[in-house]
Amino acid sequence: MINFMEVAETNKMIEEENLDVRTITMGISLLNCIDSDLEKLNAKIYQRITEAARDLVKTGEDISKEYGIPIVNKRISVTPIALIGSAACKTSEDFVTIAHTLDRAAKDVGVNLIGGYSALVSKGTKKADELLIRSIPKALAETERVCSSVNVGSTKTGINMDAVRLIGEIILETAEMTKDRDSVGCMKFVVFCNAPDDNPFMAGAFHGVTEADEIINVGVSGPGVVKTALSKVRGEDFEVLCETIKKTAFKVTRVGQLVAKEASKRLGVPFGIVDLSLAPTPAIGDSVADILCEIGLEYAGAPGTTAALALLNDQVKKGGVMASSYVGGLSGAFIPVSEDQGMIDAVEAGALTLEKLEAMTCVCSVGLDMIAIPGDTKATSISGIIADEMAIGMINQKTTAVRLIPAIGKKVGDTVQFGGLFGYAPVMPVNPFSCEAFIGRKGRIPAPIHSFKN
Amino acid sequence: MKKTIITVVGKDTVGIIAQVCTYLADNGINILDISQTIVQGYFNMMMVVDTAGAPKEAALISDEMAQLGEKIGVVINCQKEEIFDMMHRI
Repeated sequence: MINFMEVAETNKMIEEENLDVRTITMGISLLNCIDSDLEKLNAKIYQRITEAARDLVKTGEDISKEYGIPIVNKRISVTPIALIGSAACKTSEDFVTIAHTLDRAAKDVGVNLIGGYSALVSKGTKKADELLIRSIPKALAETERVCSSVNVGSTKTGINMDAVRLIGEIILETAEMTKDRDSVGCMKFVVFCNAPDDNPFMAGAFHGVTEADEIINVGVSGPGVVKTALSKVRGEDFEVLCETIKKTAFKVTRVGQLVAKEASKRLGVPFGIVDLSLAPTPAIGDSVADILCEIGLEYAGAPGTTAALALLNDQVKKGGVMASSYVGGLSGAFIPVSEDQGMIDAVEAGALTLEKLEAMTCVCSVGLDMIAIPGDTKATSISGIIADEMAIGMINQKTTAVRLIPAIGKKVGDTVQFGGLFGYAPVMPVNPFSCEAFIGRKGRIPAPIHSFKN
Repeated sequence: MKKTIITVVGKDTVGIIAQVCTYLADNGINILDISQTIVQGYFNMMMVVDTAGAPKEAALISDEMAQLGEKIGVVINCQKEEIFDMMHRI
C-alpha cells in the first residue's frame, strides 16, 4: 500500500519543484488529405485536424485533475506540409493559405501550438520544399500558433548546404517581418539535422511519414525536481551524484508514462513515446542551468560545463528508459537560453558564450536554442552557425537543431522579450569574421564514412 | 475498485474529518484506509478511498473536494492512486 511519505514526496515535486507534464502532443497524419485543388486541400486539412483532436484538450484537463499533475500544453503535430501541399501549391502564397488553415484548426480545437509546417530536405530540395521554405517568413508573421521546421541534414544523407544557405536568409527575413514584435517569428522556426519523426516538443514537432494515422506522444519535464534531489547530496562523489539523477529521472518519467497511457486509452489513439527531456521554463526553480550549478559550477559556461551536462544527459536517459515502455523524441537535457533563468544569468555574467553553447550541444538533447543574436548578423554567418550545428549532429549521429533569433535593431547588451514560457534573452555576440566563400559553395556535404554500416 | 488518494493539509480546526467524510458518504465513496496526524498545529490526513460506487465523474469529485477544502480552510488533493504507484513501485 502506498504510504504517506510517498504521497507527500510526489505532491511536493508537483507543488514546490515544478514537476509537470510539459506537453501531450497528438500527431496527426494529413496524407489522406492530399488533393491537387487548394481549396479542397485546406478544407480536408481543417476537417481532419478538428475531428481527430476534438477531445484532446478536455482529455488533457481531465487527466490533469484526476491525478493532480499539471499538463501544461496540449499540442498537435502534422505531416510535413511540404509533402501535403506539393500537388496543390504552385506558389509560396498557396502554402501560406495552409498555414492559416492550421492556425484556425489549432484555435478551434484549443491547442496552443501546431507543428509541422515543415520540409525534409536533407538529401535534396524539391520544388514544393523550396516554395514552402520561402513562404515561412510570411506564414509565421501572419499566424499565431503555427510552428515550422526544416530538416537539412542527416547522418545517412549528409548536409544540404544549398538549403543551409537559403535558411540563413529565411531566418533573417522572418526576423525582419516580425521586428515590431521582437522577431517573434523566429521563435517558431527550427532547422534540424537528424530530426526525429515523433518529437512532441515545439517548435520542431512534426508527424513523420513513418508514423501511424494518429499517435499520442508525451513530453515530461522536471529540472526543479532533479535540482532539489541534488541539493541533498552536495559534496558526495560522482557515483552518488549520478545515481541521484538517474533515480529522480525515473520518477519524473513515470508520470509521463502514466499520462501517455491514460490519454491514449481515453482518446482511442495509440501511445507513441514518452520524450524524457529536462525542459526548463523561465519560472524560478525550473532551470537546467541551476542543475549544472548544483553539480558544482559557479555558472553554466564555466570550465567543466560540457562534462557536467554530459553526465546529466546520460543519467536522465538511463533513469528514464526504465520508466517507460517506449522512449523517443529528443530525450535528454534541453538548453534553451531564453527559457532558463539560470542560462540568462550566465550570459549576463559573461560566463556563457555561443561557442561554449555549441560545445554543450555535442552532449545534450537539442542544439542552439532560443538564442538572440545581433540584428545586423549576416545571413551567411547565420548559415555558418547552422552548418556547424548540422555537422555536429551528422558526425555524432544525434539530433541537433538551431533556433536563433536575430534581434532586428538590437545589439549586444540589449534584451528581447518573448513573454510567457518563452521568456526573455540577452543578445549574444556572434564571431564577426566571414564565412561567405564557404557558404557560397553550391551542393551538399556528403554523408560521413561511418554511416556506411551495411 | 477504483482507488483514489485524498490528502488534506492545513491548520487544525474542529470538524475537518467530519466534513470530509460527510462529502464522501453523500457521494457513495467508501473509505478503505485513514491515517491522520497533527504536526505543530498543522493537520495532515491521507485517506485511501474507493470511488467505484460514486455516480460522479472523477474530475468533478476532484473539483468539489478542492472547493470543500477552500471552505474549511485546508488544501484537499484528490488523486487516483496510479500516479503514486507508478512513481514509487516498479
